[in-house]
Amino acid sequence: MLDDFFMRSIIGGVGVATVVGPLGCFVVWRRLAYFGDTLSHSALLGVALALLLQINITLSVFITSVFVAFALLFLQKGQKLSSDTLLGILAHSTIALGLIALSFMTWVRVDLMGFLFGDILSITKQDILIIWVGGLLVLFCLILVWKKLFATTVSPEIAEAEGLNPQRSNFFFMIMLALVIAISMKIVGVMLLTALLIIPAASARHFSTSPEQMAIISILFGISSVLFGLFGSLEFDIPAGPSIIVASLILFLTTISKNLIFKNS
Amino acid sequence: MLRKENALITLTNAGVRRDRKWLVRGITMSVHSGEIVTLIGPNGSGKTTTAKMALGLLGVNEGTTGRKKNLRIGYVPQKLQIDWTVPIKVKRFISLTNKISDKEIEFALSLTNTSHLSNKEVRMLSGGELQRVMVARAIALSPEFLVLDEPVQGVDYKGEDAIYNLIEETRTKLNCGILLISHDLHMVMSTTDKVICLNGHICCSGTPGVVTTSPEFKDLFGERMATNLAIYQHNHDHEHLIDGSIKK
Repeated sequence: MLDDFFMRSIIGGVGVATVVGPLGCFVVWRRLAYFGDTLSHSALLGVALALLLQINITLSVFITSVFVAFALLFLQKGQKLSSDTLLGILAHSTIALGLIALSFMTWVRVDLMGFLFGDILSITKQDILIIWVGGLLVLFCLILVWKKLFATTVSPEIAEAEGLNPQRSNFFFMIMLALVIAISMKIVGVMLLTALLIIPAASARHFSTSPEQMAIISILFGISSVLFGLFGSLEFDIPAGPSIIVASLILFLTTISKNLIFKNS
Repeated sequence: MLRKENALITLTNAGVRRDRKWLVRGITMSVHSGEIVTLIGPNGSGKTTTAKMALGLLGVNEGTTGRKKNLRIGYVPQKLQIDWTVPIKVKRFISLTNKISDKEIEFALSLTNTSHLSNKEVRMLSGGELQRVMVARAIALSPEFLVLDEPVQGVDYKGEDAIYNLIEETRTKLNCGILLISHDLHMVMSTTDKVICLNGHICCSGTPGVVTTSPEFKDLFGERMATNLAIYQHNHDHEHLIDGSIKK
């Protein structure tokens, strides 16, 4: 079954959709879309470092993302600049640094488009293993900290006053986000990754009355986007990564138009 | 006056500084079980900052803070902004930080007249409704230490009265210590045990009777307010005549 590239793509894509769904909800609730974007852009620097140091790409991307996340925390403490300015600085300088580093390495031939916009059809058995093992690990950790992380999301002040530890929850969240970025990069690439995080979650909002429900619905929307996107890519011979994102966009537009119709009736 | 032993929280000469400017400084206070301590003062006088020091939300830049070990705290912050995208119903919001049974949730909501809201989404509540729900939530935790930062803002007049009564009842029922921040001086003076008057530092403190007659209080809130409140406190032993003289 795994010998067919299309089957491998589906299994890998579904794995990624399952783990980005709940995490994407937190990104939406906490208004971290741009933060997610910055972390995924920094993945390109991670790729360059991996090639330079001859280490595993997933590991290198993970470490780079964590590093950028903490660089941001550090800058936020010392600077008077707003967070989105700092994020913009980090997002684009890491991309630029990554591209420069790649251009120096004349001895490696890299498929830059693949890293930027995803290369799901070339997914290997090892990639699938990384996605599912890493994904299940993240989901397991997320379930463990779910209640605390959610309380911190609703109100960090109430959570801390009433005995929880928001700093620790935030720390775990960043690690989980970095890990998800590292394992999902192959599917849609660093430029489109945030879309996969937030579009299914945003679509799920209209149908949810509890956070758990929203997480599960965004998983389902994510999986549908991957399936429709992959079949669309095969059918119309279009690139798979963008095709998945467009599928999720169509789903999103359908949900909001449904919501509009409901409101009018 | 400062019984350090058995206090739920103590601040000793505590202060918070931001960018070389002291938000508050030299705060020495404590809250004991069964006691209502009220912070009053003009805008920007450091009331919320002081409450946050007491809660441990803000580290102090000088002085020390102490809290009883494993102190069960209920907190009603001044502002709560939940993002529109967070799907959370009132019921779920009540048990946000601790497990609370459905029965207890219902009971707490009934205390603030908000039972009918339990299945509503928090973002659909009006300002006053949210405030009542937050008070209900803090009480439902059966806290040992309850901190209420302007709990009646946006609540209608009748509801205001009810919430102050509820706060007093809660003190008796749970024997908890309460730190209250309020602008409503009349209400405050009738229910509180100790008033701390802030303006970047402690201007004056003591029982409501003592504070309202102190010159610092008159400075801060104006002669008229001070006199009004003094009437309120002392109307049992003397009368203020129209010309300002006092008839015993």
